[in-house]
Amino acid sequence: MTMKVELNDVSWRTKKTTVIEDVTMTLEPGMTYGLLGRNGAGKTSLLALIASYMQPTSGTIRIDGENPFENERLAPHVCFLFNADYSEEDGPASEYLEAAARYRPNFDQAYAEELAALFELPLDVPVQKLSSGLQASLEAVIGLAVRAPVTLLDEVYAGMDAPNRTRLYDAVVEDQARHPRIIVLSTHLVSEMEYLLDHVCLLHEGRLLADEPAASFTARGVTVTGEAAAVDAFVLDREILHTKELGGTKQVLVTGPLAEEERQAAAEAGLTLGSVSMQDLFIHLTTKEGASHA
Amino acid sequence: MKPAFDEKKPIFLQIKEQLEDQIVDGRIQEHEQIPSTTQMVQFYQVNHLTIAKGMNQLADEGIIYKKRGVGMFVAEGAREVLRQRRRDQFSEMYIQPMMQEAEKLGLSSGELRRMIDEWKGGGTS
Repeated sequence: MTMKVELNDVSWRTKKTTVIEDVTMTLEPGMTYGLLGRNGAGKTSLLALIASYMQPTSGTIRIDGENPFENERLAPHVCFLFNADYSEEDGPASEYLEAAARYRPNFDQAYAEELAALFELPLDVPVQKLSSGLQASLEAVIGLAVRAPVTLLDEVYAGMDAPNRTRLYDAVVEDQARHPRIIVLSTHLVSEMEYLLDHVCLLHEGRLLADEPAASFTARGVTVTGEAAAVDAFVLDREILHTKELGGTKQVLVTGPLAEEERQAAAEAGLTLGSVSMQDLFIHLTTKEGASHA
Repeated sequence: MKPAFDEKKPIFLQIKEQLEDQIVDGRIQEHEQIPSTTQMVQFYQVNHLTIAKGMNQLADEGIIYKKRGVGMFVAEGAREVLRQRRRDQFSEMYIQPMMQEAEKLGLSSGELRRMIDEWKGGGTS
């Protein structure tokens, strides 16, 4: 089963602030989305809106063509996982898998047990007694094994240790290839997750700053390196995201992509052009220097 | 651990060339299955769309072929096609830059020939 998610001019306001502002985007089946944003950018709120934990103040959300809010047909197909508080939960992890088996039509018990073994997650220990990293692993196990057409993982990996994060990334790649669905991974661990992401949604102060394929997102940034005066001349009319200098050498990050003749002009001026990692671009697009285009 | 890529070349081309290398030197034989996209994503830590771009080019060139639901395999005659292609490109890729550098340094072709012979003699072949 596949489902499409459509957000149209979605805003969510509290009495004091606008948390999500005019977000319009479409999530397509089979794609892995990176929802990027700094702390407080609104990532969790946006996912909670898609998961119908709350309703937009204005705008519409449609999943498979229907309003998902209090929608019994859609609810089992939308899976939203985040670092929950398990301090009061004295049941073992196996109970969570049983609940998933009852409620989630695509849940694969054997796969869940395979993942639990992979993450070295004991299924018979009260969840409150597990380390926070293993509690996060439980979220990841459920998130993958329910195989929900709309799977939203909100930073669950942030609490996992590095070996388990690596295992999770491998599992995401494998299972998304076997059972394509919409997977949204919200993260600020951009560098280690970059290769998982087909499409980037960059949220900044509640607004969607970018919504495009990962490859075209990273092509937005180009570094120009060389003798300071030559670099300055070359970047004169371009939007500068970041500048650093070492002696007489200057490196400027500008918004790309560059046309072929511009690349040639750079080469003739003795300048070196370089690509930018998603992480660097994310940092410079969401910090004051980048956001204000100073 | 992330395999290193050359900044100056698109990554999909570099992955494609690495697979070609394996076919040329016989590490992957004709009719043998190549690694799956998932395996390559995990190995290179590169997005599957990038891998697919390189593999689709190889398929278009007839170097590999798809078996539906099974995977990708090295085509018959692929090794010879790749070897011939590389021979055709040898002059452009290796001789031309060498001659340009030799010219800059004022090395005569006689001197160059002597250097090649010396290298062969001293090389660990």
